[in-house]
Amino acid sequence: MMPYYKFDYFSFDFSLVVAFIIGIGFGFALERGGFGNARILAAQFYFYNMRVLKVMFTAIITAMLGLFYFSWIGWLDLSLIYLTDTYILPQIIGGLLLGIGFVIGGYCPGTSVVSASTGRYDGMMYLAGMFFGIFVFGEIFPLIESFYNSTPMGRITLPEFLGLSHGMIVFLVVLMALGAFAAAEWSEKVMTKKLGREKE
Amino acid sequence: MSSLSGIFSKENVKEEKVFQPEPYSNPYLVGVGLGLVLLAAFVIMGRGLGASGAASTVVAVTVSKVAPEHASKNNFYKEYLTDGTTNPLKDWLVFEVIGVAVGGFLSGTLAHRIKRTIEKGPNISNRMRLIYAFTGGAIMGFGAKLARGCTSGQALTGGALLNLGSWAFMFAVFAGGYLTAYFFRRQWL
Repeated sequence: MMPYYKFDYFSFDFSLVVAFIIGIGFGFALERGGFGNARILAAQFYFYNMRVLKVMFTAIITAMLGLFYFSWIGWLDLSLIYLTDTYILPQIIGGLLLGIGFVIGGYCPGTSVVSASTGRYDGMMYLAGMFFGIFVFGEIFPLIESFYNSTPMGRITLPEFLGLSHGMIVFLVVLMALGAFAAAEWSEKVMTKKLGREKE
Repeated sequence: MSSLSGIFSKENVKEEKVFQPEPYSNPYLVGVGLGLVLLAAFVIMGRGLGASGAASTVVAVTVSKVAPEHASKNNFYKEYLTDGTTNPLKDWLVFEVIGVAVGGFLSGTLAHRIKRTIEKGPNISNRMRLIYAFTGGAIMGFGAKLARGCTSGQALTGGALLNLGSWAFMFAVFAGGYLTAYFFRRQWL
């Protein structure tokens, strides 16, 4: 029965080996996608290379469909998968900051690791900045702790929030992703022409 | 080793072209691959991927090494520290992120994309680009802690789990990026 670790198929120490191997797969995929390169990541925000959106939404729908069907067949207990609680306001403000940091820094935390490990000095500087930002957050945490814990909504998913079935939400997300892919292909065509670039 | 002073000058680090770097893979195929890695984490471990959590553990451990009393009074650091019976660095996310670095290096090596360089647009100096990289990293590190995760832990993982907060977060990331992109176009275009 899945998830295996939650049913004690293996020990904590072995889970660290699993973590390392899954991490290798994660890093490998990010590098293949061009995500070790800040120019490609930033291009997302100028509409001429939409790899970030394409890779992210394809990954989300792949994993989402896998989870949905495994749980539907009865192989997987979805309730045992760790889900972070929702604190809507801090998450929206945090998200906005991430978007701003993305445009200024050119990476997100995971992609900066790949960037640094493939020799990019800007990726290394980004990593140093990230450690500093987390340190600042930790130091002022007592001052912002009440905001950090504000607007709690508990463990809540889109199907529960919108009052629709799990299957219906899965279907709608796939539709939305297909629409986003079409829009991405179109904007790449228009923007590469406008900026006088080759389509990458 | 190439001289470090060269990095800060306007010219990029000298290229030694032995192999041409291969073009990046088809994004939809990469997406399926990444989705399967994420799915593997879900079905094997019952949890998804992450990145900023590992950095938080390192920060918390460092602070508690330098100022143990100070760290023990802080609820944020406490969350990443253990009771002393086990090493807090013996953590799932820490091992996963070490794997990310190895996996990225492996893929980059196979495709001849390992290169000592600075990624940026043509209209900005290396020095400014590195300052921006540090600043952006700091803003994102702070934001990721406020949001309880980053692109990996919230957008990707929470997105596939249809977590409400993660979807709100994801739209906020894109909104924040597109709202500020115009002001930083010199760096990239």
